[in-house]
This record gives sequence, structure tokens and C-alpha cells, in this order.
Amino acid sequence: MTVKSVQKDTEQMILTLTAEFDATANRVWQLWSDPRQLERWWGPPGYPATFVDHDFTSGGNVTYYMTSPEGEKYHGWWRISDVNPPGQLEFVDGFGDGDGNPNPDMPTTATSVSIEEIDGATRMTLRTKFPSEEAMQQLVKMGMEEGLTLAVGQIEEILSEDVSSGIGA
Amino acid sequence: MYNHMVVGLENEKTTDLLFHALSDSTRRDIIVRAMVDDYSVSGLADFYAMSFAAVQKHVAVLERAGLITKHRRGREQLVRSNKDTIRTAYGLLEDMEKLWRERIDRMGEILAEPEQGEDK
Repeated sequence: MTVKSVQKDTEQMILTLTAEFDATANRVWQLWSDPRQLERWWGPPGYPATFVDHDFTSGGNVTYYMTSPEGEKYHGWWRISDVNPPGQLEFVDGFGDGDGNPNPDMPTTATSVSIEEIDGATRMTLRTKFPSEEAMQQLVKMGMEEGLTLAVGQIEEILSEDVSSGIGA
Repeated sequence: MYNHMVVGLENEKTTDLLFHALSDSTRRDIIVRAMVDDYSVSGLADFYAMSFAAVQKHVAVLERAGLITKHRRGREQLVRSNKDTIRTAYGLLEDMEKLWRERIDRMGEILAEPEQGEDK
């Protein structure tokens, strides 16, 4: 398995994945920095991605579209917030409107990628955070401090034990 | 269906509403309480050091996001959590995980190809 670990923080809506590749850090970095390689893995099968702009500088824009089997185009964009080859990449990504401009009504996610060589392999750690609302983390934190909240973990527990049966009051 | 792309596409409209609704501790508390029992808004208001109107507002946000539904029992309006929506909210991270696992698999496949000779 390439993916070594997965963590889901449902309080802050953060997904962290760690993967290891049998390749150098530079080679793994190319998968991101070369748009022709990037488009080979970004889109799901049947939705090939075409990267249009690919400005891998801090503040730079990346734009792409994915084409559905029916020929519909789905536009997406990244805004690069930090880039430091071959070890570090941070970007916000979202979906675009029909013209490829960012659609403010759609959720964005913030992703950071770190790539480091360890014992002859390369570890890539990917951290993706929902959603577009900057305030969410703050609110969650405040709620915790106030001690008002029941843990979101409890929600998950209830959901997992109650998939089919109606819960009795 | 857009299969894995649901993260960004299919749920696009509801996602922001959902996260906004889930971002508040009182609202999360209401969701959990209303998962195990039905409450009237005034019954819920008893739990919190805030006005009935404030609790009512939280309930309205939750209702708009589809996280709770209201139903009538006698002359009372009772609040009940909508588990399907809650599952959707928590399912988003799982969708995201699936999406990235598949991407990483494809990255691994590309890396396993013989070098094209352009660099080492």
C-alpha cells in the first residue's frame, strides 16, 4: 500500500494522509509541478483533467477543467499560497463557473503537501481542510472552551450504532 | 453520477450551509440531543444560558441546512435530527479520503513507470 496512514479530524474537518513512494523527492515533486504529469492523476477515471494555467509561484494561479464522459466541462482552480520545491506546496482549491472563474458559492479546501525523503523512499504528507469558512475553526475552538459542546465524536458513535434501526427515545 | 467528484460538485450547494450549521457548539449540542430524543424548542432552550429566541435561531439554521426536521405532536412542534444529512456531512471527509487515495494510487502508478529519460 502506498498510503501509510489516514487521519480524519471531524471537529476541524481536516483530512491528513501520509503516503510513501519508491522514488526521489524530486520525482514526486514533478507529479505536481509538471502539468502534463499532474493531469494524469488529478481527475478521477473518466474525468480527465486539462490544466490551463499552472503558475507554481507563491500567489500564482492554477486553472484546470475536467471533462465528463458526456463532454461536460467542470472547471476548477488553485491559488498557490506557498511553494518550495521539492518539499512544500500549499494551495487553496475550489470550483469555477462555466468560464473557469472562481465560483464564490462553492466550497473551497486548503491543502498542504510536504514531500521528504526518508530511508530511501519519499514520504508525502497531505493535509486537506474543509471548508471555505475561515471562522469555523475559531468557532469550534470557542465552543470547546465554553465547555458547551458534546464531542462530535459522540455524534459519530451514535450514527455508527444506528444505521438502520430507528432510535428509541 | 459524478462518483468521487461529489465532494465538490454534487453537494456544492449544501456543503457551506452544513458546515456553517455545524460550526457552532450550541448547534452541535442541539443535534446530538435531538438525535436521542425529540424536543420542543422551549425544551431545548432549558439547556442553554441564552434566550428562547436565540435557541430558535439556532434551530432555524439547523433546519435550513437539513440537519434537523420539525414535526408536530399535538400542539407542540418537535425538533428531530436528520441523520441522513448528518451522515452526509461526516461522509464528506470520507469522500475526500477516497478521492485522495485514488489519486495517490495513480501517482504511484506513474512513478512505477520506466523513466522517460528526461531526468533522474
